[in-house]
Amino acid sequence: MGTIVDARGLNCPQPVLMTLEKIKELAKGEIEILVDTETSKENVSRAAESRKWCVEEVRQDGEGYRIMIKKDGD
Amino acid sequence: MGPFKNFFSTTWGIIGVGAFIGLLAPILQKLGNPGNMGICVACFERDISGALGLHRAAVVQYMRPEIMGFVLGSLVAAYVFKEFRPRVGSAPIVRFVLGAFAMIGALVFLGCPWRALLRLAGGDGNAILGLAGLAFGIWIGTLFFKGGYNLGRTEKTYTSVGWLLPLIMIGSLILRLMFPQVEREAQSGVLFYSLTGPGAMHAPLALSLVIGLAVGFLAQRSRFCTMGAIRDLILFRQTHLFLGVLALVVVAFVTNLALGQFHAGFEDQPVAHTMNVWNFGGMVVAGLAFALAGGCPGRQLFMAGEGDGDAAVFVLGMIVGAAFAHNFGLASSPKGLGPHGAAAVIIGLVVCLFIGLTMRKKV
Repeated sequence: MGTIVDARGLNCPQPVLMTLEKIKELAKGEIEILVDTETSKENVSRAAESRKWCVEEVRQDGEGYRIMIKKDGD
Repeated sequence: MGPFKNFFSTTWGIIGVGAFIGLLAPILQKLGNPGNMGICVACFERDISGALGLHRAAVVQYMRPEIMGFVLGSLVAAYVFKEFRPRVGSAPIVRFVLGAFAMIGALVFLGCPWRALLRLAGGDGNAILGLAGLAFGIWIGTLFFKGGYNLGRTEKTYTSVGWLLPLIMIGSLILRLMFPQVEREAQSGVLFYSLTGPGAMHAPLALSLVIGLAVGFLAQRSRFCTMGAIRDLILFRQTHLFLGVLALVVVAFVTNLALGQFHAGFEDQPVAHTMNVWNFGGMVVAGLAFALAGGCPGRQLFMAGEGDGDAAVFVLGMIVGAAFAHNFGLASSPKGLGPHGAAAVIIGLVVCLFIGLTMRKKV
């Protein structure tokens, strides 16, 4: 079970900011990000990929989405 | 989720939408809208404020159908793609105040970020100072974001809450149809119409509305945002939204050349002044306010169309801010700064800094 970032209800740029902070903190592993709009889903996925993290899965979760991102160690 | 789920959120999608707006804005100007003002969210909301009689600046009163189109086009897109999410409750009063000061700052410069880009694409050199101010204001905003600034979470709410601003726009459109412009009359029923000045210059109603709807629809799909473009570049080194803005400027420039609407220079530009300290200063306030509120004035309309009640409050703040701007002599004119424009910029900056410095909490 990876770390969870709960960005539901937050508007731009908070979800991306929180995701990137967590990416910086962990450097590798798994992070699950919760968002509640399509815009945040797209922005978080784009930001994760820009930092070479892989978007493993995007799952509908109630009104929002769970985004699972992952980076393996070297 | 197919590959065509949302083409518009891809790089080519945002470039396409920017190019589309860059093409249509100069065409709206050709069809009758004011110079370098094919589309200006701030100016058009200001004109609506005037048409409703909230201010009585006789030269800027017209119910602009583009604004209604933006909100309703976004509403349609949100419903078609199942993205309508009624939500509210993230510091609405703060959003109202930010909207009001964003408008006041924009009216000191004479244009929102959209118009700043269109002014640049029309050859107006003063826009460079406005855009520099905009970027500087957004940069201040990014410092607050790094310091933990946020306005708190929204909550899911009733569908009708998300419908209120779209309904206000439908109501405005009904008023516009019920009380059409009468030649050489400054008033038609409850609505005011400019006889001279920018408010008297407009494309035909149906074309303005259709183009507004198309832009609203596409901007909702692509999340086009002029403030976000600069913010993401500074904060995350991300160029995604910026490419859309770049496409807008390039295509608007070429279209202006083709239509004979490109006139390079600083002096005698349409609906512009050359007091560049204040062009810069006004847009610093506007840029900071847009950043703190999470979207440029266009984006706020599109978010309101998706059901975001806080964005709707920001829009109403802008319309009320426009009334103050003209009633209190804060707005500039082609002659230069308004009598109290300088004070407004300073107060606006202080208010935005207060908001940015004091509203931080762990979420």
